[in-house]
Amino acid sequence: MDLSYSDEQQNLRESLSSFFSKESTPERVRAAEPNGFDAELWDKVAAMGLPAMAVPEDLGGGGASVLDLVLTTEEFGKRIPPAPLIEAVAATNLLARLSRLGSSEVATQLLERAVSGEALISVALHPLVGGLARLVPAGAVADAVLALDGDEVVALQSEVGPRSPLETPSNLGTAPLADRGAGIDERVVLASGAEAVAAYELARQEWQLLMAGAMVGLAQTAIEMGAEYAQQRHAFGVLIAWFQTVQHRLADGITYLEGARLLTYEAAWAADEGLTNTSALTSMAFLFSSEMAFRLAADSLHLHGGYGYTLEYDIQLYFRRAKAWPLAFGDPKDGYRSLAAQLFEHEER
Amino acid sequence: MDFVTVDSLAEHRDAAQQWVEKNVRPGWAWEQYTSGTHHTPELHTRLADDGILGAGWPLEYGGSDTDPGYARAVLDAVSDAELYADGWATTNMVLRTIRRVGTEEQKRAIIGGGLRGEILIALGYSEPDSGSDVAAAKTRAVRDGDEWVISGQKMFTSTAQSCSHVFVLARTNLDVPKHKGLTMFLVPTDVEGFDLQPIYTLGGQRTNATFYTDVRVPDSMRVGGVDEGWRVMRVALVYERGGGGRTSAGPTLAERVATWARSTDRTDGKTFYDDPGNQERLARIAIDEEVARLLGLRVRWMNEIGELPGVEGSMTKLFSSEADLRHYSELVDMLGPAGVLRPETGRPPLEGELEHHFRSTQVGTIYGGASEIQREIIAEGRLGLPRNRPKQ
Repeated sequence: MDLSYSDEQQNLRESLSSFFSKESTPERVRAAEPNGFDAELWDKVAAMGLPAMAVPEDLGGGGASVLDLVLTTEEFGKRIPPAPLIEAVAATNLLARLSRLGSSEVATQLLERAVSGEALISVALHPLVGGLARLVPAGAVADAVLALDGDEVVALQSEVGPRSPLETPSNLGTAPLADRGAGIDERVVLASGAEAVAAYELARQEWQLLMAGAMVGLAQTAIEMGAEYAQQRHAFGVLIAWFQTVQHRLADGITYLEGARLLTYEAAWAADEGLTNTSALTSMAFLFSSEMAFRLAADSLHLHGGYGYTLEYDIQLYFRRAKAWPLAFGDPKDGYRSLAAQLFEHEER
Repeated sequence: MDFVTVDSLAEHRDAAQQWVEKNVRPGWAWEQYTSGTHHTPELHTRLADDGILGAGWPLEYGGSDTDPGYARAVLDAVSDAELYADGWATTNMVLRTIRRVGTEEQKRAIIGGGLRGEILIALGYSEPDSGSDVAAAKTRAVRDGDEWVISGQKMFTSTAQSCSHVFVLARTNLDVPKHKGLTMFLVPTDVEGFDLQPIYTLGGQRTNATFYTDVRVPDSMRVGGVDEGWRVMRVALVYERGGGGRTSAGPTLAERVATWARSTDRTDGKTFYDDPGNQERLARIAIDEEVARLLGLRVRWMNEIGELPGVEGSMTKLFSSEADLRHYSELVDMLGPAGVLRPETGRPPLEGELEHHFRSTQVGTIYGGASEIQREIIAEGRLGLPRNRPKQ
């Protein structure tokens, strides 16, 4: 048991923290709304090699661990940058796995373009229906979207890209969502069969884990905003930080937050170790962190009173994303039931 | 970073299990449940006779040469057999405190007696008007030559009915702030002026109110300096919270209930598990249990590397005890009308375990620092919010 960060991990956290703090200020997050995408910021994220940071080194990536990825999205979540890093990492890693399967030339080309930062690749989290993927995260700006269609992993690509985006339906999380596939894109089969499906499922799992990390980071900023505001605002002659209902809610919140962080790190560690319970731990981390982050962001918003309801205060930026971002994966109720199946429905040995 | 947990007692588990099979009578757990006394004298004697209580203690104070790892494994195995050893838990805490702050005479007499199983000590901190605010104790101790005269009342003096002594927190100085006028005493339960009344609790455990009417104890029964009782008690509290985080390999609550739910039909012909709502319940419980385990492991890890897990200990206690309340409430709901059946009613679902723990876990958020206290510690220690109790 060792819960300390290595020197490398600490350096990674600090450099990402200063990068996102500098490049993703609240002003810039706001300026990128309503489409939720900042092409220049994305170029910098890509130039740093972040989308390919966990692609094996022999394929041109950074060879980072899953734990490194989670530390990265935690820093990402703290500043909610308008750049779809989570989808890009999950999709780029999927391309790397597909290239190991000896899949099509298109996959190899896409991987090269993703690794060089030339292309933004996203992944549809749900199978195609009638050739169409609905409300794909980063779908409005991705050069290609990877998706599952039957037992085929396909790429949906067209003229769409970071500088020629699709129109985004106005949405709660101000994310660059869009439908992709039939009528919009060319459909290219990258790989098929059980191994391809398994590789795709792993991408969905990775997306959940990366989102769990982002939610931990998001919640950290949200609760800090609440604690800070409570120490500035007076009511009835005292700082509202003195009220027990304020203190206790925040104390419950930070306790859940630190539990979520441990759970997310544990799931990432299990992934790096190749443990059989990685999938269940990942679902746990995703469900717990998402619910926790929304609860903390909501508590923090309400602690701001009337100001929390205004668009002028930053807490609403976090509140909306805490609800909206994880919802891309689907109704959490289904997540809990699927977790139960993983945990309890094995045959008795 | 890694999350590898090693069972440091693995090599002792089999032998410990054999000890339990040889020494523990099957009826004891039920006796504890029905009587509410979480102490079995015969078990305690056997633990003492086999050197399990004295393991790791210096021989000069009555310690044994039994392997301390084996001894801890035996106590774990006793607990796994659904047996409480509360008398030893509180006694052990006081013995450790005496080892730190006691006189040489106390170390030889009290520690030796405790390890032989002859001395059993209950904790006398709480009073009718003070629980979490334990330093507000009103019980008085007044010096009279070489003796002290103690008068007052203590509440929740659990296991006192089986104990030879109570470790009493008493006020010895009225002219100083409340934390500074306290002293600790070991009060024998067979002295004149000592009395107790049983108090029965929601969870079935019997506790006591203990009364001290001009009880006289010699100065040699004072533990630690005069007016230094608060410091002494804090030493004892460290031992109360210190143990932390056993690496249990057994099935979790969620797993056990899920196994039962998958094999048990409801009245509508489906199993309890077939209900999607129950699947979600069990999944949520499993997540909470994993979070509680990780928070506990963090405390253990910090202890191992020599850091003080203050806020972290509070987070663990807060999360785990509050989660227990949610879990048993949900699981009793899951059983429907039969959820109300108590263990003694024959063959209730899961032997009535859920109904019993629905009641017994209520104390978890109250004792050892109520949830409200833990939240204050966390708000101040982690978020830098102002301490909101009045200055003492």
